[in-house]
Amino acid sequence: MGKILRLLDSGLTNDSVGELLTQADFLADPARHSAGGKQVGVRVAPADSVEELGPHLARVAVVAIEFPAAGEGRGYTFARLLRQRYGFTGEVRAVGPAVKQDLLFFMVRCGFDAFDLADGENLAEARQALHRFTLAYQPAVPLAAVQEPRFTAA
Amino acid sequence: MYQYDSTDQTLVDERVAQFRDQTRRYLAGELSEDDFRPLRLRNGLYIQRFAPMLRIAIPYGLLSSAQLRMLGSIARRYDRSYGHFTTRQNLQLNWPRLAEVPDILADLATVQMHAIQTSGNCVRNVTSDHLAGVAADEIEDPRPYCELLRQWSTFHPEFTYLPRKFKIAVSGAPADRAATEVHDVGLHLTRDARGELGFEVLVGGGLGRTPMIGQVIRSFLPMADLLTYMEAILRVYNRYGRRDNIHKARIKILVKSLGIAAFREQVEAEWLASREFGSQLTAAQVAHARSFFQPPRYATLQNIDPLTADGANPGAEFRAWYRYNTRDHKVPGYRVVFVSLKPAGVAPGDMTSDQMEAVAQLADDVSLGEIRVTHSQNLVLADVQQTDLIKTWQALKKLGLADPNIGTLLDMIVCPGLDFCSLANAGTLSVAHQLQRHFDDYDYLYDIGEIELKMSGCMNACGHHHVGHIGILGVDKHGEEWYQITIGGSAREHSSLGHVIGPSVPQEEVAAIVERILDVYRELRHEDERFIDTVRRVSATPFKERVYGKNLAAA
Repeated sequence: MGKILRLLDSGLTNDSVGELLTQADFLADPARHSAGGKQVGVRVAPADSVEELGPHLARVAVVAIEFPAAGEGRGYTFARLLRQRYGFTGEVRAVGPAVKQDLLFFMVRCGFDAFDLADGENLAEARQALHRFTLAYQPAVPLAAVQEPRFTAA
Repeated sequence: MYQYDSTDQTLVDERVAQFRDQTRRYLAGELSEDDFRPLRLRNGLYIQRFAPMLRIAIPYGLLSSAQLRMLGSIARRYDRSYGHFTTRQNLQLNWPRLAEVPDILADLATVQMHAIQTSGNCVRNVTSDHLAGVAADEIEDPRPYCELLRQWSTFHPEFTYLPRKFKIAVSGAPADRAATEVHDVGLHLTRDARGELGFEVLVGGGLGRTPMIGQVIRSFLPMADLLTYMEAILRVYNRYGRRDNIHKARIKILVKSLGIAAFREQVEAEWLASREFGSQLTAAQVAHARSFFQPPRYATLQNIDPLTADGANPGAEFRAWYRYNTRDHKVPGYRVVFVSLKPAGVAPGDMTSDQMEAVAQLADDVSLGEIRVTHSQNLVLADVQQTDLIKTWQALKKLGLADPNIGTLLDMIVCPGLDFCSLANAGTLSVAHQLQRHFDDYDYLYDIGEIELKMSGCMNACGHHHVGHIGILGVDKHGEEWYQITIGGSAREHSSLGHVIGPSVPQEEVAAIVERILDVYRELRHEDERFIDTVRRVSATPFKERVYGKNLAAA
């Protein structure tokens, strides 16, 4: 796990969440994994269907959406679905080798609030990149801490 | 036309700063080639055969004179003093230097222009009817809705990394001058039974390797839901469009594999579930967008016949130009003027900096300071008073932009081909010059009449060859350039794809083959029947049989 940039003070730490499970492993027995006091984190791959996760989200603290390559765009839709359709208020984290500063602005507006930055990324530059645009045309995902005011305050 | 507010300007300025930083990091080695590629593509910057190519967005083809002047100035300062207008109503610069592209974008931003999303797998420049607002057959001016789509699609966070590019065209008239049926989404302004304005929505059209005609997904979409419905279409596409094979990644492949009924069902279900979170257009937003496209204050004039008015007796040259390069305007006393970018010896769509600046001045003098780019690679001065036509013609003639060939065989659409593009198989510009030399007799061209010849240098079909009345496609055969000929295509309403009429031919025989096709047409046509109508009536068969006769060695 590289550097995680978190926008919300969620109280989550790298230690408080168990090893991230694949969606298939988690769905095989959703109740089992909260043992050991650790919170549950699930990895969602581009070919997964977040709809299957929907009914079980109450057990999940982190949904980690994979970005294996810069051109992979399904994760943006997954984040919006989690926030808007399923009302998920836990951490939505972008993970994978494509989580780099130039994509963060799009991710944050889709509802991501944590970024496991790819190797070689600079945390300070990544923070700055979130403020690259002070305005946007589209409505953001309604998560108070990641609406425009956060960025206009730059 | 639309004027930026502070939000539009801020976003474009911030984009310039962002791209300047990205370019700096790339040149400093902090950003890899692979990481830089999708970023530069989203600013229209390709690395081509000899130099980068920069594609500048001209939203729905509309330019102010100040903008055209700036394009001329940019081409002179940063390039080789010319630019190339494309079928998507954009302008391409063929020789910019990478390190100077941020400066070009900064200059563009001073006149409310940019190169945002002119390439890459995202929503591209929205295109429209070059006669918007002046055509007599128009139901409603499409440009306000193009502008709303431009804003909504700019930096859309969810849809900037789609499986493939995504093109939207909007038409407000029953005559389709925007090729809407061969776009990923085509929108037709229409009214429902109560007279409410909305859209007929087509999806899944496109050219390229697998050409398809768009199908109706919704016969009436209320105005307020324009953006929410687009989001539903794009969300289904973003999730289920193929990403494993670039040649099967366009939305048309998804629509075809699911079938339009199943695709519609998915989109409608997604729409119902997500529209409350999307961008519902308010009446005020629509009214605001429309306010920028109100008809100008036209003078109260009578129609005149410039060929006879005031005892005028202009020569044959003006008569030909008037007949072929001007069109009716919905307001009496005005006429639409085409600026032909198809003079002999010039690559179709090319224009020099001097010409751009002079046409900008002409637009200020005679056409309310606005210019449109057509999808057939010409410019239009839309609001010329009929009494100014002779003056306008003289000015254009002096610039070499008055060849009376609009709508004729010489008004061909041609991609840049092998001379510039790294994808091309074939030197389409050489073939264009061959055709220009071969068909230099205007009496012959006028006898042939209205015909659309379209040529692409490879399967990607940037020259729209599938929808040419005559289509020419460059193919590579063991390192040699050959050309496959189709007939019967059209991108107008009731679009059709062309039929291959025989084996491909070597480059030097293209003009001769085209002439034989035209010979068959002249033999078979009914009086005043256009080429495309003859082909539709008799089918491609007689052409197949007779064009590839004994004389030409078919390969």
